[in-house]
Amino acid sequence: MVASLSRTKSTAPKPGELLFSGNDWDFETIRRIHDACEAVAGPELGLSWYPNQIEIITAEQMLDAYASIGMPLFYKHWSFGKHFAQQEASYRRGLMGLAYEIVINSDPCISYVMEENTATMQTLVIAHAAFGHNHFFKNNYLFRQWTDAEGILDYLDFAKSYIARCEERYGHQAVEHVLDAAHALMSQGVHRYPRKKRPDLASEQRREREREEHGEQIYNDLWRTLPTKTGGQKGDPALERRRALLELPQENILYFLEKVAPRLRPWQREILRIVRLVAQYFYPQRQTKVMNEGCATYCHYRIMNALSQKGQLSEAAYLEFLTSHTNVIRQPNFDDRSFGGHNPYALGFAMMQDIARIVEQPTQEDREWFPDIAGTGDAMGVLRDCWENYRDESFIAQFLSPKLMRDMRLFHIVDDPDEPEMRVEAIHDERGYRKMRRSFARQYDVAWLDPDIEVVDVDLEGDRRLILHHKALNRITLQKEDARRVLQHLADLWGYDAVLKEVDPATGAVLVEHSASARPIFF
Amino acid sequence: MHIVDRRLNPGGKSLPNRQRFLRRVKDVAQRAVRESAREKDIKDLGKDGRISVPGDGVREPRFARQPGTGHQDYILPGNKTYVEGDRIERPPGGGGGGGSGEGGDGGENSEDAFHFVLTREEFLDLFLEDLELPDLAKRRLAVVETEGLRRAGYTVSGSPANLALSRTLRNSMSRRIALKRPKLEELAALEAEIAQAEAANDPRLPDLQLKLLELRERSKRIPYVDPIDLRFRRFEPYPKPIAQAVMFCLMDVSGSMTEHMKDLAKRFYILLHIFLTRRYKHVEIVFIRHTDKATEVDEETFFGSRETGGTLVSSALVEMKRIVTERYSPDDWNIYAAQASDGDNVSSDGPTSTELLRAHILPACQHFAYLEVGDENGPRAGFVEHRTTLWRTYEALARAGEPLAMRKVNHRRDIYPVFRELFGRKDAKAEV
Repeated sequence: MVASLSRTKSTAPKPGELLFSGNDWDFETIRRIHDACEAVAGPELGLSWYPNQIEIITAEQMLDAYASIGMPLFYKHWSFGKHFAQQEASYRRGLMGLAYEIVINSDPCISYVMEENTATMQTLVIAHAAFGHNHFFKNNYLFRQWTDAEGILDYLDFAKSYIARCEERYGHQAVEHVLDAAHALMSQGVHRYPRKKRPDLASEQRREREREEHGEQIYNDLWRTLPTKTGGQKGDPALERRRALLELPQENILYFLEKVAPRLRPWQREILRIVRLVAQYFYPQRQTKVMNEGCATYCHYRIMNALSQKGQLSEAAYLEFLTSHTNVIRQPNFDDRSFGGHNPYALGFAMMQDIARIVEQPTQEDREWFPDIAGTGDAMGVLRDCWENYRDESFIAQFLSPKLMRDMRLFHIVDDPDEPEMRVEAIHDERGYRKMRRSFARQYDVAWLDPDIEVVDVDLEGDRRLILHHKALNRITLQKEDARRVLQHLADLWGYDAVLKEVDPATGAVLVEHSASARPIFF
Repeated sequence: MHIVDRRLNPGGKSLPNRQRFLRRVKDVAQRAVRESAREKDIKDLGKDGRISVPGDGVREPRFARQPGTGHQDYILPGNKTYVEGDRIERPPGGGGGGGSGEGGDGGENSEDAFHFVLTREEFLDLFLEDLELPDLAKRRLAVVETEGLRRAGYTVSGSPANLALSRTLRNSMSRRIALKRPKLEELAALEAEIAQAEAANDPRLPDLQLKLLELRERSKRIPYVDPIDLRFRRFEPYPKPIAQAVMFCLMDVSGSMTEHMKDLAKRFYILLHIFLTRRYKHVEIVFIRHTDKATEVDEETFFGSRETGGTLVSSALVEMKRIVTERYSPDDWNIYAAQASDGDNVSSDGPTSTELLRAHILPACQHFAYLEVGDENGPRAGFVEHRTTLWRTYEALARAGEPLAMRKVNHRRDIYPVFRELFGRKDAKAEV
């Protein structure tokens, strides 16, 4: 009976009919699975997504995709070859399993699924990637603000052919040097805030008029009698002007080099731009790891359960799903040998479930902590709002509940090098909740984790030395050897000397100073 | 929703990346490959191409905070006994708190060697890089050329086998359109109309019949395919330089050759074999083994079987000369020879060999390499300058400026260096 049911040709799956039986699948099965998931994701969960494109790939192609940071096409560089060799070696020796899927933030949303997956796994993967991640990509504010899902594949195509053309024209070596240097500065190549739009003349005039009118309205002759400030602390006007012209201080070093570096040739600037835009495209993913996985995991959990309740999944398939689901959301304790930090799947999924619980069955404590959402009843509405408007840091700061902290038995350790021992700063108790949540959220703040390095000044009229500052948070300095190498790349791009000062933001004292002179490899 | 099956896409998408990577690590990889070749059995060369290169050249530096310094915060799951204010000893090894994996050992790891696996092709490429058959085709290239054929456009005449169908029909179609040859459908339509007119006794009948006649006439006059349409694929002869070579492997298998010596010679030839079959497409190899009489054998016998007997080097040279005259005319072939021996020879054979070499073999050869294999322990004390009969014979020839290279090998670790010396690109240039 089961077999005959699974052989039905109807594309619109009816409740009570199994989507598949056994482990085998074909394209018809995949289409049925997709449609069944869609029937849950749309009406029941209220998700909205880019059109899906599901691509079946082999293990080797998955390794290929790994090597080019998951993108279907990418420019060529030796470092990708290195990663491929590394991953291939560990895969062949059985040290590493491959992901079941890779999903790309593009429109249409491309999900790569492995051919080895069983039918159950394909269902899980489609629910997870093609609906969960897809919804997140389409709706989260960071992705909407910073990435262009429609254009990314075209842009990568352009980048690939542009760099290939450069290689033909200027030689592999020359292009490789630029790419090496640009990659070294990649994490310093993102804009963290939207730039100020240059006002046009009309709006400028309007603003000026409004300001004048406002001044007339609040005119009071008394102001005239106030004593003026004596000796206003104005800096050197030439310096101020230069810094304003160069948009200094500038934390996007690649952007600064692309626009200002005096000796780069146009194609070298274009390559810097390509690397910078790729870095910018991936920046939201780094900021939303927990939320993105949490969203996808929660969605697949809901969809799979719904399918099972409708009788579209057999019990064997449901058990297989549960096994792999629990593997994915496993969080070892800190004293476990397999502990390797927080599992974003586990944390994300736990928080989503916790929010759903707070919305639907709040306790007194929840009502105190989350008056806005506790007991409102529409769990999916609240979750969709979270997925749309938060990133990991703000999400944890806002929604990590005392109950979850207790369940996870979180505790906070401070390691101060000036003290002989580490100290337990807070645990999951009344006094610890807020403190711990604040520190925890901070650990997911990418801007806090990345060293804060800015171009602060450049002596354009003198020796053109570029001056950078690293604000050494908590007096943690940079790794010396790497800093020296990256600075060397930076000086090469800049074309003149560069100096990096590590400054203690509290006192302004310079802790370490690195300097590098340009090597004549680009010019 | 689309489903795309990518499984049939051509693989090796990251091959260009791998090539770039290999180019980047070429120097160190080459050194690693040659070192691994010294330890390994030559037969196993390239089978397991696992090599490691120092991490330095392939490092990707980033600005990163020094781990384990400064003030650190850890939020960890799974508290059991701790309460606020507890003091905990730092776990040994510094870095993370409670075994936290916050990149605690990133700094040390980056210094480590980087391991990866080469394919056999890549391994041999690096292994045999800048080796070359000396002077290959140098003499012949300018003189002897054969002709090859290659495609070169279309022609109006040719054999039916070379008829370019699509070209021909394209021409035919354009001609038919230009000359307004009536189409079959038009004729059919007209015939149908006439049939109708006949049935209805239409007065237009004669006109129509006349028109049909005209059209038939026209399509007869304008043929479907005219000889003028015909196009043939054209092939153009071009001079193809000869790059064919034959390699003679001569080996002494007499009783005086110990197992060790045979092993050395075998290694040398296997290396040569790998090198030749890889580097040149048209290389034939002739194996000649000799005791006091020489026979041409196949590869298996050459390396595999044992024989006993005296030593008469000239017998092998005679055999080689015979084969050269019979099959490999020096005008058409580049001839190379490598001889391995322990150096023993009947002393009366010396002049015969010299004469054979000088008069027949060397003039026909591009390069003649002589490898003298010795004891594993090397030349014994007091016998440092001991030179064998054969060595002395050949040395005289080499002094006289004949194209003859000679080397002595005692230990298997010397095989590869000697091989490189004999076939290194530099040597070839120096001899020119």
